[in-house]
Amino acid sequence: MTEANRIPGGNDIDYSCPITFTFNGKQLTGYQGDTIASALLANDIKIVGRSFKYGRPRGIVSAGEEEPNGILQLADSDATAVPNVRATQQEIYEGLVCRTTNGWPSVDFDVMSLVGDLAAKMMPPGFYYKTLMFPQFLWPWYEKVIRAGAGLGVAPSVPDVDTYDKLNRHCDLLIVGAGPAGLAAAAQASRSNARVLLVDESPNPGGSLRLSRDLIDGQSAAAWIEKTMRELSGKANVEILLRTTATGYHDHNFVTLHERRSDHLPSRQKGASSRQRMHRVRAGAVLLATGAQERPLVFANNDVPGCMQANAVSAYIRQYGVRPGKQLVLMTTNNSAYQTAFDWVDTEGGTAVVVDTRAAPDPVLVARAKAAGIRVMVSSAVIETKGLRQVKSAVISGFNSQTQTLMGRLVHIKADVIASSGGWSPVVHLSSHTGTRPEWREDISAFVPGVSKQNMWTAGAVTGDFSLASALGQGIDAATSALTQYDLPRLAVPEVQEAIPLEMEPCFHIPHTRATSRAPMQFVDYQLDVTAASIELATREGFESVEHVKRYTALGFGTDQGKISNVNGVAIAAKALGRSIAETGTTMFRPNYTPVSFGAMAGRDVGKLFEPKRYTAMQSWHEQNGALFEDVGQWKRPWYFPQGSETMRAAVDRECLAVRNGVGILDASTLGKIDIQGADAREFLNRIYTNAWLKLGVGKCRYGLMCGEDGMVMDDGVTACLADNHFVMTTTTGGAARVLEWLELWHQTEWPELNVYFNTVTDHWATATISGPDARALLSELTDTDLDSDNFPFMAWREGVVADIPGRIFRISFTGELSYEINVNANYGLALWERLIEAGKKYNLTPYGTETMHVLRAEKGFIIVGQDTDGAVTPEDLGMEWAIARRKKFSFVGKRGMAREDCQRAQRKQLVGLSPIDTNVILPEGSQIVFERPTQLPANMVGHVTSSYFSPTLNKSFALALVRGGLDRQGETVQVSIGPDEWMAAEICSTVFYDPAGDRQNV
Amino acid sequence: MLNIYCPFCAESRSEEEFHYHGQAHIVRPADPDACSDEAWGNYLYFRANPRGLHTEMWVHAAGCRKYFNVVRDTVTYEIHRSYRIDDPQASAL
Repeated sequence: MTEANRIPGGNDIDYSCPITFTFNGKQLTGYQGDTIASALLANDIKIVGRSFKYGRPRGIVSAGEEEPNGILQLADSDATAVPNVRATQQEIYEGLVCRTTNGWPSVDFDVMSLVGDLAAKMMPPGFYYKTLMFPQFLWPWYEKVIRAGAGLGVAPSVPDVDTYDKLNRHCDLLIVGAGPAGLAAAAQASRSNARVLLVDESPNPGGSLRLSRDLIDGQSAAAWIEKTMRELSGKANVEILLRTTATGYHDHNFVTLHERRSDHLPSRQKGASSRQRMHRVRAGAVLLATGAQERPLVFANNDVPGCMQANAVSAYIRQYGVRPGKQLVLMTTNNSAYQTAFDWVDTEGGTAVVVDTRAAPDPVLVARAKAAGIRVMVSSAVIETKGLRQVKSAVISGFNSQTQTLMGRLVHIKADVIASSGGWSPVVHLSSHTGTRPEWREDISAFVPGVSKQNMWTAGAVTGDFSLASALGQGIDAATSALTQYDLPRLAVPEVQEAIPLEMEPCFHIPHTRATSRAPMQFVDYQLDVTAASIELATREGFESVEHVKRYTALGFGTDQGKISNVNGVAIAAKALGRSIAETGTTMFRPNYTPVSFGAMAGRDVGKLFEPKRYTAMQSWHEQNGALFEDVGQWKRPWYFPQGSETMRAAVDRECLAVRNGVGILDASTLGKIDIQGADAREFLNRIYTNAWLKLGVGKCRYGLMCGEDGMVMDDGVTACLADNHFVMTTTTGGAARVLEWLELWHQTEWPELNVYFNTVTDHWATATISGPDARALLSELTDTDLDSDNFPFMAWREGVVADIPGRIFRISFTGELSYEINVNANYGLALWERLIEAGKKYNLTPYGTETMHVLRAEKGFIIVGQDTDGAVTPEDLGMEWAIARRKKFSFVGKRGMAREDCQRAQRKQLVGLSPIDTNVILPEGSQIVFERPTQLPANMVGHVTSSYFSPTLNKSFALALVRGGLDRQGETVQVSIGPDEWMAAEICSTVFYDPAGDRQNV
Repeated sequence: MLNIYCPFCAESRSEEEFHYHGQAHIVRPADPDACSDEAWGNYLYFRANPRGLHTEMWVHAAGCRKYFNVVRDTVTYEIHRSYRIDDPQASAL
């Protein structure tokens, strides 16, 4: 063994399998089963990071997920880099590369630390707010400098090469934690046929049993774990997930599990499975067997590397075969920590001193310690650590635990590890995720889970009962109750011989000979450098709520969420405020319990699968013919079809002119289509649209305007009468789903008596629109349908066969030209399109995209809902009074709304056309409008530009705009803001710029 | 994420299948044109915001497309009841 602190006997270590890894550029060895933390401690590496604010050297404190200091950057390569990995949980593998996340220029020599104590005096809580207030304009600069100096890991700069999965799943009972309570619960639950899911964040099951010396049914704890796991693994209804953290406990027993599948494997094996999986579990019952975490005590310089949780020291000895030093000083308020001293002196050459804050600890235990060669000092406390880069000695004083005051003279004892135990904090985090406040229990000086409204059960140390016998019994009881419908007979609770039962006396903060504000720093939250003095200062400055103290000092805001600091912080705040801890309460814990990589949350929904894309049947043709695409909702629509090196403007001009002078073709498949059937379909339309529908004959189409009950326009489209009781409604491309839900709403909640049914048929049909003076000639080559204007007039539709494909031909127009919208079964969409293109060659048929469609429709003053309207525009504001049938018998949706006083007032913003004085200037859409050029800013705007284009047909720019009182201001000139201090005059005109009589669509 | 019982599908499904539609039992005035602006405004815009039990409408948007009512506790998010809009007991709530 080359590692200085390695000892035999680590339960989790495979001594036959050495592993090489790299820490801060230095090659080190460890064994299979080591975490980075245990391997570093084995190699006697004390410093694993620099503190966040003061740059103080920091070492490993814990052996689990609560670790505040050992936060490393894992980086085999930039693409696989993982920031802020807990060294205490990350298992080592061959070739692992990690480094500290802070410290400049290096973690062993940090410039900040030279400033030392001075920095602390200079940076009380609220330092940034108090100091960097003025001048305000420098804030961005301050922030930049602060951010560079602070922070933890570095986010990878290249895309993640790993894959991740998400699973949705259900179970009858989810057991969180495979310690004694969780295993006992699983054993009991496994006897039913309920689906049981047992999860634990460790690579091995057993929890606290893995380092326990207690006997269960006369056998070692390890033997009981093995036996129980063997039984469970034979059950088809039980699934066990290790290396899996329940990170969030959400409403209605929805729990997210973060499973790490290959993070412990060498790089070359990682690709064999997805790296991590997110299980989204809906559980019938949730049983929290999350255990407890040990609280270290707060004393001066308690952050010097070598200061650890007592239980963590035992874990390193018992699980990992690492004794992190030779001379242990152990301060405790309770019995359980004595076990650490026993574990320590059990190893070769280890000496230990127990400093017990209590006056009269269990004499049997003290005698046992003395017999083992351990010096026990009662009524004593470690008040300060000596040593800068590592623990050198402990300063010990007499201590009265009743008055929490020091007494007697100081003693210095040499030490290289100072472990402390202030008792145990149940892991209440998950229970509080759903809004249940933890409750303080004075007898154990700890918060326990409050009563949940969800089907939640607890067992084991999380309940505040720390005995092993209780954990096993509670596990069995809780599983039985949670699965009460299975009426399970209770398993016998195993016989337990406990090595040391827990007895404790409350104590959180050890005073110093000097006042807290003048003593060496006493750390509460290691990760964010929050000291006892800063919490006291916060209370002096008036922060009385624990939530405010938390935010002011940043207590618990680190990646560790203050797991080991929360209770100490609350206790110190309570004392400073002269309140009880129960009165002070705790802050709430929020998801996630430990950080979750974004990859796991995203799963496979990345890259091409990030969001569903919708394509029409003609997509392949568009791509082959050079279309550029525009996103419309989830749809990809051809934007324009540039030829050669054509600019967008040139392409759109060409497409526009082709439609106006010849014929163009547009893929209109994306328009929402809703099939409406039933005897009362017509009546329904009459109620939901603003215009009249009772007299629309079969074979006819009508434009409809749809309003909300507030009278504001929400959608529009053409609806065709297919039969007396059968209509097909078109909606805007983006509005289809919303409109369908809207129709259902009215039918189901207000007019259930109407016999009408709705179904979406958007994807069933493909639509090719041919538009332009030559449209009829082109279509006549592919159909026998009578296209004569007298027999097939504008706003009519016919069933017909086009290019040998049966379909529906709608003679409606969004361009103002003679147009036919040909709808066929979507499977034939591409064939129809290709036949039209083929037949269209001699007419120079020109494909056009949405941009040209926009120009052409705007020339005609046709609105686009959502572009020319914004949810506060009535049909009257649009000058569409013609689409409101006020005389309809039924008070249609929106009628009363648009009659409100505010909708009827003069000077509402109304849709008008704008002609810029400079006919080459295209007003930017969204530009603000004023009546007169203002002499000073800010000035009140009177409207804005909604649509703006250049018309190649008219050879001028033009726009649509909402302008206050615009309908009465025809011919007036307004000023449009087109840049800083740049204005363009424009004349208000009709919204119809082209063919106002509508002759061209009516031929 | 809530787990919502759809009385039409007779199954509990995750919230992501549903859309929320606000307070339930809002009745459209029988004769809107006879309403004062104030009465119409109340119908349009004024909604209860209770701390505790709230009766609200949901639609099974990614399922059967049916609207139904739910009694939910706005503090604990417990759902006490899901029922069809035509449930004869609906008015008792």
